[in-house]
Amino acid sequence: MTEEIIIAGFGGQGVLSMGKILAYSGVMQNKEVSWMPSYGPEMRGGTANVTVIISDERISSPILNSFDTAIILNQQSLDKFEKAVKPGGLLIYDPNGITRIPVRKDINIYTIAAADEAGKLGLSKIFNMIVLGGFLKLKPLVQPEFIHKGLEKSLPARHHKLIPDNEKAIEIGKGLIQAVQLIS
Amino acid sequence: MEEPFVKTEIRKDENIVYKRTDLLVDRPLSYCPGCGHGVVHRMLMETLEEMDIQDKTIGVSPVGCSVLAYDFMNIDMLGAAHGRAPALATAIKRLWPDKFVFTYQGDGDLAAIGTAETIHACNRGENFTIIFINNGIYGMTGGQMAPTTLPGMRSSTSPYGRDVPTMGHPLRITELISNLPGVHYVTRQAVHTPSHVRKTKKAIRKALEQQKENKGIAFIEVVSNCNSGWKMTPVQSNKWMEENMFPFYPLGDIKVDGKLVEKKETVVKE
Amino acid sequence: MGELRLMKGNEAVAEAAIRAGCDGYFGYPITPQSEVMEYLMAEKPHERTGMIVLQAESETASINMLYGGAGTGKMVMTSSSSPGISLMQEGISYMAGAELPAVIVNVVRGGPGLGTIQPSQADYFQAVKGGGHGDYKMIVLAPASVQEMCDHVKLGFDLAFKYRTPVMILSDGAIGQMMEKVVLFDPIPRRTEAELIKQNPWAATGKPKDRNHIIITSLDLDPAGQERVNLKLQAKYREIEKNEVLYETLGCEDAEYLFVAFGLSARICQKSMDLARAKGIKVGLFRPITLFPFPVKAINDLGKKVKGILVVEMNAGQMIEDVKLSVGCSIKIEHYGRFGGIIPTPDEVVYALETQIIGG
Repeated sequence: MTEEIIIAGFGGQGVLSMGKILAYSGVMQNKEVSWMPSYGPEMRGGTANVTVIISDERISSPILNSFDTAIILNQQSLDKFEKAVKPGGLLIYDPNGITRIPVRKDINIYTIAAADEAGKLGLSKIFNMIVLGGFLKLKPLVQPEFIHKGLEKSLPARHHKLIPDNEKAIEIGKGLIQAVQLIS
Repeated sequence: MEEPFVKTEIRKDENIVYKRTDLLVDRPLSYCPGCGHGVVHRMLMETLEEMDIQDKTIGVSPVGCSVLAYDFMNIDMLGAAHGRAPALATAIKRLWPDKFVFTYQGDGDLAAIGTAETIHACNRGENFTIIFINNGIYGMTGGQMAPTTLPGMRSSTSPYGRDVPTMGHPLRITELISNLPGVHYVTRQAVHTPSHVRKTKKAIRKALEQQKENKGIAFIEVVSNCNSGWKMTPVQSNKWMEENMFPFYPLGDIKVDGKLVEKKETVVKE
Repeated sequence: MGELRLMKGNEAVAEAAIRAGCDGYFGYPITPQSEVMEYLMAEKPHERTGMIVLQAESETASINMLYGGAGTGKMVMTSSSSPGISLMQEGISYMAGAELPAVIVNVVRGGPGLGTIQPSQADYFQAVKGGGHGDYKMIVLAPASVQEMCDHVKLGFDLAFKYRTPVMILSDGAIGQMMEKVVLFDPIPRRTEAELIKQNPWAATGKPKDRNHIIITSLDLDPAGQERVNLKLQAKYREIEKNEVLYETLGCEDAEYLFVAFGLSARICQKSMDLARAKGIKVGLFRPITLFPFPVKAINDLGKKVKGILVVEMNAGQMIEDVKLSVGCSIKIEHYGRFGGIIPTPDEVVYALETQIIGG
């Protein structure tokens, strides 16, 4: 099993930390992982993205041009990475702020209204965990116990009191994700 | 090799009034006759012997006339790249806090190419001793202008005399560093007369003793002559030094126990 | 198994230094490697092991602090990125000349000049051919993963002390910045002063009455003496070439074509290899792990079995010269590179193989 994921959005949306928590959970489950923040010209324009690879085997290139899953949190990232999803792959996006919806017909597409939900619950800081929950619902790559360990490892000790909220957000995300287009 | 003739029966312990310290290696110094380096070497090594810290001392020699100081000082030493001695000494003292560490540097080494290393080691308050020989010239490379060359003073790269508007001012780096809080003891001495030699030795002792207290840099400038570079006899050069160098680089303590010594305004001849 | 962590390459270097029993780190901030010193400062290694960490005033000072520490037999390390490593060349040459052990990490960024802050492999020549003055070499290790960033610190110190030579870890901004799973080796206690003196009788540690004084220098004004120094260094380098070559091969058994790449480029080529093999192209990967000593014989052997070699580097063609020297002119050897901080993608490497080597 190898899962190649791009997570992309604005800086400040918790893109890098979502990737880190996912990757650290993978480490805790003794998977091979790599977490590669955006490098090169795509860093410009206030967008942030990270490539996360989780695998049972040694990981080759940490830099990819096509992905099994794209998790998209703003319009620029959708424009950029929709075409980078492998045929038959998965695209998850938060419709908040999206004006041009995906057009691909050969991929599975889901939405997760995480920004709205986080706003309603007053949990905007862990909006990214709602998104992660949605992804894990579709692709349970790591087990909840290892997510817990991943949170413990990736959050500084002073933020450990927020772990229950983070786990709650993941659960909310699992219930929130909705299929838009299923090809199979 | 033949036995030197002095090793006869007249050399008896009760007759000896002066003896080379064992901390100076028994070989001819590479310095020009009349140069102050040899005297400072001796004062430094005698002090280490008197303090009985030969085995606890690590020295750093510079690039310049004293590049080979490690051949004459019978202690463990490192030869630094030009100007970098304070960086070496910083690491050595931090990694061996119980050792006595010193750098021995000339004016080109300390006040030109090594200015950054000097100032930052002093400003961090590293706990080693800097011995700075200022003779206002690059001796080893053949008498070029140094950062401390006096206005109007001739050198091979200021053959008509240092022209301040085009060549800049001489740098009183000792006064500069004395203002840094990391510097605990600063003094300017000379070694051209017996009384000055004694004062220099006292300063060296004070500087090394200070290392036991972790109080920061001890900095000793020795204003010295360079009769070869200055194109004078040793006697002429010492007289010239008194008349020209000392007014610009006045002797005496500049900072003692972390406090600047109050001074009368000195009129500086430019 | 050792402790499992998800770490950046730069953090792994720092943690490995503490665990390897390093005595002192001296550095100066520069992107993309500042996390090394940041991690060290946050970890308070002085409390963990007694290790000293000092932020110097420049890379020039850092490397000369290394010279000072190494001259007294201590395990010392610095890290920087390309422009900073250029400033260190003076000190590296002095350390090679004075035969001092140290580990220098270069997290390479795009150049020349101030360049970019993105990853590059353009410092290969500087590292492998001797960026400073004089006839010298240093051992150059090229990690391709965060795990190797960790492991090469320990290996680097072992080799540095075994041969009394500076060792460079030639990494890049991507491996420095990316996070991967790392299995940390168990901490090795720092040597006591007595152990240090016993293991390193050449070091300037303070002269006891019963031994001669020790002089650490790279100066010998007598040309005959300096020639002897050079001959001794060259003999040492031949010994290193004989004993310390490290490389990795993947899919070379049935390969008709070969990628040769180090560090991050080798990771990309591994993916390219999978993509090419899916198209029916039998391509293997040769990854030098030591860039000096270069795996001359192993590449020469493989060169006799394949039809062509594509050397993939994040530079304009540097290691390719050593590949050509190793293989000779019997087969086609081409270079594919991106520069200035651009990382080649696996697809473009496959395309380069198809157009430059197979169809070229």
